[in-house]
Amino acid sequence: MIPISWYLYLGTGLFTIGVIGVLTRRNVIIILMSIELILNAVNINLVAFSQMFHNVDGQVFAIFVITDAAAEAAVGLGLIIALFRNKETVNADEIDLLKW
Amino acid sequence: MSGISLPQITFLALSAMALVSGVLVITRRNAIHSVICLIVTLFSVAGIFLLTHAEFLFAVQIILYVGGIMVLFLFVIMLVNLDVAAKQAQFSSHWLVAALTAGALTAELVYGIYLGRAEFKASQPVIFPAPAPVTNTQAIAVGLFQTYTLPVEIASLLLLVAMVGAVVMAKRKFE
Repeated sequence: MIPISWYLYLGTGLFTIGVIGVLTRRNVIIILMSIELILNAVNINLVAFSQMFHNVDGQVFAIFVITDAAAEAAVGLGLIIALFRNKETVNADEIDLLKW
Repeated sequence: MSGISLPQITFLALSAMALVSGVLVITRRNAIHSVICLIVTLFSVAGIFLLTHAEFLFAVQIILYVGGIMVLFLFVIMLVNLDVAAKQAQFSSHWLVAALTAGALTAELVYGIYLGRAEFKASQPVIFPAPAPVTNTQAIAVGLFQTYTLPVEIASLLLLVAMVGAVVMAKRKFE
């Protein structure tokens, strides 16, 4: 049987990749994809603990996380289209209207 | 526990695939390549769900994530002109700070899991959910529609708001 800690290490790895992507990339679309990676890491942890405690609630919660991911992707991509129409850029560091 | 069993080999292969293509997602210059690598990652994660006997989540992951969200990404990439962005620098100027922060966070998490590794052993060879007559999908349905009815309604409202919001924001102009 697979130890639960393996799942947690995999979740940590995917989470780290996602965090690095969010913090370092300039392309907004790739940043959104990195957020999807982070949400998947969360789902792996939820499912692993659901198996560890023999309780289905973790999987139900993972479905809620997937719902959130869908809503976030729809709104985020709508924002990107609106942004590209107004500023002609997809680079996160060029969107600095609120920056002092 | 001598040697390494078949589920463990499968798990290691799937997680290696997920991590490698995850790294490719954040390093590719072309956004389409990133999407394809992300699809590989999502499939590997779906395989890991199957390995934990979460069959319903496996199906949801493939249908909703790969079939829905990723197609949405592809459509937006086609709508937005990325040729200019592909020729510019891909990483922002403060990448070193970001890498250090992420490294510290990861070290902390790995250390925490390492300390608790005795607790995280568990996982007896039991098919989930334990008693046979209830399948995984039935158990999830009971959880969703009996225990968590109100959260399901809230999630449906959230989806409605997200849909309306996406349409309003992507509309050409307000009249």
